[in-house]
Amino acid sequence: MGIRITKPFQPLTPESLKDVHAYLGVYHLAEPDGSIYYIGYAGGRSLFGLNSELKREMDARGGKPALFRYEVNMQYLSRHEELLMLHVADHGELPERNRRELKHKLGRLTPA
Amino acid sequence: MDYQLTDEQRIIVDTVRKFMREEILPLEEKLDPDAGDLEPEDKARLVAKITDMGFYGLGIPPEFGGPDLDTTTQTLMAMEMTQHRAGLYNPAYGVFGGAGLAQLFEATDAQKEKYLYPTLRGEKSTFFGLTEPSGGSDPARAIQTRAVRDGDDWVLNGAKIFISGADRADFGLLFARTDTDKGRGGVTCFIVDADSPGFYVRRVVHTLRSTRYATEIQIENLRVPHSNILGEVNKGFAIANDRLTRQRIPYAAGCVGVAMKAQEMAIEYCKIRNTFGGPLASRQSIQWMIVDNELDIRTARYLCLDAAQKADRGEEFRTEAAMAKLVGSEAGGRVVDRAMQIFGGYGMTKDFPFERWYREMRIRRIGEGPSEVQRLVIARDIIGGAFH
Repeated sequence: MGIRITKPFQPLTPESLKDVHAYLGVYHLAEPDGSIYYIGYAGGRSLFGLNSELKREMDARGGKPALFRYEVNMQYLSRHEELLMLHVADHGELPERNRRELKHKLGRLTPA
Repeated sequence: MDYQLTDEQRIIVDTVRKFMREEILPLEEKLDPDAGDLEPEDKARLVAKITDMGFYGLGIPPEFGGPDLDTTTQTLMAMEMTQHRAGLYNPAYGVFGGAGLAQLFEATDAQKEKYLYPTLRGEKSTFFGLTEPSGGSDPARAIQTRAVRDGDDWVLNGAKIFISGADRADFGLLFARTDTDKGRGGVTCFIVDADSPGFYVRRVVHTLRSTRYATEIQIENLRVPHSNILGEVNKGFAIANDRLTRQRIPYAAGCVGVAMKAQEMAIEYCKIRNTFGGPLASRQSIQWMIVDNELDIRTARYLCLDAAQKADRGEEFRTEAAMAKLVGSEAGGRVVDRAMQIFGGYGMTKDFPFERWYREMRIRRIGEGPSEVQRLVIARDIIGGAFH
């Protein structure tokens, strides 16, 4: 099983979010050029799972265009951690907001 | 066997129970239901509190700064410390500390300076690298990671799987085959720095467990100095085996602790939940579930305390530890399952801790030696090794 999310990005719009249901899981947010600016998750405290988390993210953008992709995953915390480590392995550092939010020591991952 | 707690044990158990209910549970309510850690500032505050109470460093011998508590008392404490949502795999969120790699207490002075003392001070984190893709229950034969002597170093090649904490570790113990002809007599334990060239954490291994995810490690031409051998060449299996035996008592006690909490919640709930005009507690089918839970809990608890008391008396406790682990992990699973049945639909939700306990309790029948291996150990001891 590959460890990267390979599905394509979609525009972060109300129309796209109609197809995102209240599942637990992880997501990428990206600028229109595809550069990832945040790696998040919808956990057990999210009111409507991925749908409400992505809607909140969309509202916070204030109309500024963005892209998203997600993965339904019951093990959202370990998967989120893996995506953070993977981003560091691929890009050398975390997205700025993730760096600000991270309160624990992040592990090292060297994907084959 | 005397199951009566001493006055001191009773005070300690009451103190830990009060601490769990007043300090840990309110903080846990604010966390994600799958969370594995407290907020760092909360953890630091509670570690300071536990240190002041004289309980910090469970499992660490007093001569290395740990509390002077026997195995029985620590087992009783483990049954209290695990009575919360994350309790099975991170009891009390680690605020009682722990021995980490207890094998390092037998290390050389130089190894202690470099690895043990910084670990005890909380400056270094560790991993235990035993299980391989070829198997974990029979490490004597399954270990295929090879170590070959090259001058003052050993060169290691191989893979490990289901290794917790390797991605964040500063160093760990890694078991490798140093003699291909000797089975369990050909395994050596190496202390490996995790930032060494040739040490790679390839992926997170996602399991049913929410806390302390596992990883897969690849080792490619990893050079380890001869001075980093723990113990002696070809004597590593004894180190691994000793750890597995000792670990079984607190591992089983953790299952008992969660089962005790699940039972407490089930009893409370069945008295207030009404169906068909009466409380669940008045239904014989529910009463029998509660009784079966109690039998499972008491049986497992007694076996844990029996093993702990033998350990405290300096007697051989391998069979008792295997019995405690076998019964504790299997009984714990049954108790959580019955509690979920009593809670009905709510028992399946993340509003309550049962679904997490149910997932994580399932691993307990596999981790630290599966039920079948415990039965093998017990059979070997009571029938005799000649038949195996």
